[in-house]
Amino acid sequence: MGSNLSLAYLMLSAILFVIGGVGVLIRRNPLVMIMCVELMLNAVNLSFVTFGKMLDDISGQIIVFFVMVVAAAEVVVGLALIVAMARRRPGATADDLRTLRG
Amino acid sequence: METAVFIVSALIVLAGGLGVVTSRNPVHAALSLIATLFGIAVLFLNLGAQLLAVVQVIVYTGAIVVLILFVMMLLGVDREEDLDTEPLVGQRLLAGLIGLLFLGAILAIVIVGKDAIVTGSHSVTNAISPTVSNISQIGTALFTTYVFPLEVTAGLLTIAVVGAVVLSRRPRDLEPIPEQESMTDMGDEPLTAIPEEGAH
Repeated sequence: MGSNLSLAYLMLSAILFVIGGVGVLIRRNPLVMIMCVELMLNAVNLSFVTFGKMLDDISGQIIVFFVMVVAAAEVVVGLALIVAMARRRPGATADDLRTLRG
Repeated sequence: METAVFIVSALIVLAGGLGVVTSRNPVHAALSLIATLFGIAVLFLNLGAQLLAVVQVIVYTGAIVVLILFVMMLLGVDREEDLDTEPLVGQRLLAGLIGLLFLGAILAIVIVGKDAIVTGSHSVTNAISPTVSNISQIGTALFTTYVFPLEVTAGLLTIAVVGAVVLSRRPRDLEPIPEQESMTDMGDEPLTAIPEEGAH
C-alpha cells in the first residue's frame, strides 16, 4: 500500500474527528451528542488501524477492540442517564441539565 | 483499486458524518451514523483488518445504533428540532473556529510530517503475518500478550451493566423537576422552550 494512501486515511480520520467534535459542541439533543461521540471514537479507530498498518503491527487492531468495548459501555451508561433524565422532564436538552448545579 | 475503494467509502463516511451533525430529526442522524459506520467497516477491509470490519458491522450498526434507536423511540424524541435558532449566541461560531483550528493543526502535521509522523521501529512486537489469518493472529495476541486488559474489560462491562440497571430503575418517589422555580431562580430566561405535548 502506498504511503500516500495511509496519509489520506489519517486525514479522513482527522476530518471525521473534527466533524464529531463540532457536533458535540453545537448539538443540544443528548442522543445526537452520543452519536457524535461515536463518530469521534470511530475516527480514532480508523487512525489506529492505519498506524498499525504503517508500522506493520497487529497491536493497532487490538487497541481498536478495546476502544469498541469502552464505546459500548459508554453508550449503555449514557443511554441509561438519558432515560433517567427524560423520565423526570420529557424533552429535556443538554442545556436543561444546568439545573443540576448546586 | 484500493484508491478507488478508499475514495468511495471516504465520501460515504464524510456525508454520513455531516448528516449526523446537521440532521434536524434524530432518527435521520442515526441512519446517517449507520452509513458512516458501514463506510468505516469497508475502510477496515481495505486496510486488511477483516475481523474488525465484521465486528464493526455487528457491534456498532447491529447493536449500538439499534440501542440508540430503541431509546429514541421509547422516549419519543423523534421530532424535528429547530436548528435555526441559536440559544447560546456565538456557540456555533466558536465551535466551528475550534474545529477548524484543530483540523488545521492535524492536517498540517500530517502534510508536513509525511511518513515521519510514524515514529518507532516497524514490525517489532506483533508483525502482521501474510500467511496467518487475521482472526487467528488477533486471537493469539489477545489471549497471550493482552490477556490482562481482556480480563479488565470483563470487569468494565459488568460495571456498565450494573450501572445501567441502577440508573434506569424507577425510583418510588419520582417527581418531575420543578421547571418554573428552578429556571426563575437563576434570574434569566430558560435556554430552551419546553416542547409541548403532542408536538411529535
